[in-house]
Amino acid sequence: MSALDNNAKEIAGDAGSDGGATSSPEINTKEQDKGPAGPVILFFIVGLFASLILGWIIFPKLLYSKKKQPIDFNHVMHMAEVEDGCESCHFFREDGTYSGVPKLDQCIDCHEEIQGDSPDEIKFVEEYVSKGREVPWLVYSRQPDCVFFSHVAHVKVAGMDCVTCHGHIGESESLKIYEENRITGYSRDIWGKSIGGFKKNTWDRMKMDDCAECHRKMTANIERTGVKTPTKRLIDHLVDVVSPGTSMSEKGSSVQTERGACFVCHK
Amino acid sequence: MKIDRRSFLSFLLGGAAGTALSPLPWKLTDDSSIWTQMWPWTPVPEDGEASYVNSSCTLCPGGCGITVRKIDDRAVKIEGMKRHPVNNGGLCSLGLSGLQLLYGPTRVKTPLKRVGKRGRGRWEKISWKDAVSEVAKTLGDLREKGQSHTVGFISGSDRGTVPRLFERFLTVYGSPNLIRTPSIIDSYELALHLMQGAQALPGFDFENANFILSFGSGIVDGWGSPVRMFRANSAWRDTGGKVIQIEPRLSNTAAKSDKWIPINPGTEAALALGIAHIIIKESLYDAEFINNYSEGFEDWKAFVLGEYGPDSVATITGIDSTTIIALARSFARASKPLAICGRGQGTTPGSLNECTAVHALNALVGNINKKGGVFAVAEPDYINWPEVEMDATAAAGMQKNRLDGAGSKKYPFSRYLLNRLPQAINSGKKYPLKALFVAGANPLYTMSDSKAVKKAFDKVPFIVSFSSYMDETAQNADLILPNHNYLERYEDIPTPAGMPQPVIGLSRPVVEPQFNTKHVGDVIILLAKAMGGTLSDAFAWDSYDACLKETMGYKWQVIIEKGFWSYPDFVAGPREESFDTVSGKFEFAPKETGSLKPFKPVKIEGDKTNYPLLLMPYDSIRLANGAMGDPPFVMKSVDDTVLKGTDVFIEINPKTAGEHGLREGQLAMLSTPVGQAKVKVHLFDGIMPGLVALPRGLGHTAYDEYLAGKGINVNELIGPVEDPVSGLDAAWGVRAKLAKA
Repeated sequence: MSALDNNAKEIAGDAGSDGGATSSPEINTKEQDKGPAGPVILFFIVGLFASLILGWIIFPKLLYSKKKQPIDFNHVMHMAEVEDGCESCHFFREDGTYSGVPKLDQCIDCHEEIQGDSPDEIKFVEEYVSKGREVPWLVYSRQPDCVFFSHVAHVKVAGMDCVTCHGHIGESESLKIYEENRITGYSRDIWGKSIGGFKKNTWDRMKMDDCAECHRKMTANIERTGVKTPTKRLIDHLVDVVSPGTSMSEKGSSVQTERGACFVCHK
Repeated sequence: MKIDRRSFLSFLLGGAAGTALSPLPWKLTDDSSIWTQMWPWTPVPEDGEASYVNSSCTLCPGGCGITVRKIDDRAVKIEGMKRHPVNNGGLCSLGLSGLQLLYGPTRVKTPLKRVGKRGRGRWEKISWKDAVSEVAKTLGDLREKGQSHTVGFISGSDRGTVPRLFERFLTVYGSPNLIRTPSIIDSYELALHLMQGAQALPGFDFENANFILSFGSGIVDGWGSPVRMFRANSAWRDTGGKVIQIEPRLSNTAAKSDKWIPINPGTEAALALGIAHIIIKESLYDAEFINNYSEGFEDWKAFVLGEYGPDSVATITGIDSTTIIALARSFARASKPLAICGRGQGTTPGSLNECTAVHALNALVGNINKKGGVFAVAEPDYINWPEVEMDATAAAGMQKNRLDGAGSKKYPFSRYLLNRLPQAINSGKKYPLKALFVAGANPLYTMSDSKAVKKAFDKVPFIVSFSSYMDETAQNADLILPNHNYLERYEDIPTPAGMPQPVIGLSRPVVEPQFNTKHVGDVIILLAKAMGGTLSDAFAWDSYDACLKETMGYKWQVIIEKGFWSYPDFVAGPREESFDTVSGKFEFAPKETGSLKPFKPVKIEGDKTNYPLLLMPYDSIRLANGAMGDPPFVMKSVDDTVLKGTDVFIEINPKTAGEHGLREGQLAMLSTPVGQAKVKVHLFDGIMPGLVALPRGLGHTAYDEYLAGKGINVNELIGPVEDPVSGLDAAWGVRAKLAKA
């Protein structure tokens, strides 16, 4: 018999003697022998299920507030109009920085006048375009402030597809509800729809583990095939930082340092 | 079924197990860690498109070119402009911190009118229309009463289109009282005028000089154009140039120099003449220059040889005669020697004698308008506006003598004497000042004997400040008409301090005006239009920007693209044409200066018995002491042997401190004939015994919490001393006493 069982017995005995004032000792002994197991297990199970329901079902409902985008947007329709795919609107600037969500400047060419009769289009032109106000889009993939992510390194250098991280948003006809984490203020899409953190596709989550997963895979590939290793890349990078102009970088984006390298990745 | 303790515990146990198996604790941990990284006060870099705007810094007279990095519409970083003739990519800490002035809390956000007593800090917002019409009405009333001359204007500069608009306005309005804030430039202008007949700024070819004899000039402490001086100083390290620093205190410049020669304070002129004595006696001077291009050398020679033997100079200056002789020889034998003056940052004009004596040293070695020497740089003449038409009132007003006495019989050569203004107002002997405008200056902070200045300002019934910031003068104004911040406006910046060739820098809007401010040039134009008549005729421009564009003419396109206009082919004229004096030559001893009279030290305030010590202010690159105060970033760089908490440290030699029974860090009461203040003692071997020093730039009552109320304003302890020839402020310090507090 383990020490734990002994303790349990002692506790049970205590409970029995507490109740001694109202019930007879015989009945008490009987209950102690076989009775307690039922309710104890039942309560354990009730507690277990209640907390599981709380954690898996109620908690996510409490954690996220649902917000509608200021106006709706049809990616499919726009993709049909442009030639350059995603990069037509979500483009890279000359200095390699990524423009992100389009500003009015990009929309204004076509949307100076109302196009069609959808209420969202009318609202867009009247509320935003003609007043010169930027649309306060809720960005599903916005990372916390401290996260430095370079699109150019992934898309241009590594040749990754937008879909790998962002999924098939380009094929959507309307914008989904934005679920905002009440504690952090960021979108639910970062942690992923599944509160348990499970994912089927690469674009289901955008946490650091997901970055690491891909990076680990790529590193393993490179090491196996002997193509440019991370060490080699690091050395190249350091050479560029220590003596700018001697390696790949052209005139940098900082007037003072003339080092493009810093500002391409360390944004 | 009964719920007993066991059931309850079992329920909890089940709950704990279930919770551990649910994502709740792990997700909450993750979220709370993100939450702790998002405090609202954590600065988050802007994200957006990066762009650069070339402009000019106007926080000091240095005129550095700046390149401002922007992300979308927000300026995020100020850097020095590459290939700019002044600073070529460098920038000082004040310039780097300029964004804190743009976005900081000290901006005046809209025109303000005083409510209640002056200086109480109670204001009401008024519209620009009302503000301009109120000023126009006050000025109109004065003009109608024939009192146009009782209007004064204090400006931080008198060059470039904006100050020229002030001047034009006052001329057509009818007041001679435009006053520029003082600096060593005043003395240099006067020296160049009297000795070379030039109406010009001093330019120094530091880049080509290799032996710098500095009479207290803070080469790395912010003298001249600070960044240019840093670069020159670094270049001398590489090229073997020498810097000899002569001053009573081991300043940063002295510490970085090749040789520091401590001198009795205020005796620099005598040393310059003592050096001249040796150079003449040993015939080390440039005979070709002296014989062909100078006048009065024989008289001056006799005077210098007679009065300034090394022994007598040694007695005056406290420097031994062998050092003086060695110094004279090495200066004269150097291939490119250059002597400069202006204590610290050149904040005060100093005595004219000192300036002419130092300038004469340059002439002795033939160093005038020559590579590696001193140039008389005339202002680029790009401002050619139509002549103004003055009505009878204006003509009568302009006939009146200036209130500060500049250009009077007593001081015929001086152009501006701001130091004499408080006394002129307080004594009330001439005429009262009925209205005062202040632009690009903060006289209530920067002028010495603050109490007298405050008293004089109190007597002026109408004070208008054009300050972008709530500085001391703005606090005590009746009306504040806030100018755009320097990163929000156009302005031309002609030839920065000390440049040997003319340059016009352009300050231009980096960002849209953040508040309801207006360009001071526009306000002047609006004011003129509101007043009508000849005033309106003289200001036909639609706006200041239009005026500037028209003034620059064909230069505009270049200056917009490059950020500055330089004169690369500029060469100083041949020696024959360099001097515009009566003799057409360099005057060694212009009689107006009384420079053939034996050296008399500047009589600083206080008597020796009651005030046994000498107090002198010192300048530091980490403390902006002009119209601008330190922004928070620069304030952070001030050493805690200069300022700790709100206490300022006074530097004192351990020997003197011992005599006074003072220890490091002890509180002491510092008294001068002008005022007194509580200071902390800092023992410093680098200061002469008997001398104590306080930094300029502290003791603000205005600006933000990072600056206001810290240390004391040394100007509250020092009074001006008139130079007998120029009338400029010649004070380099004041007598003082120190007692345990």
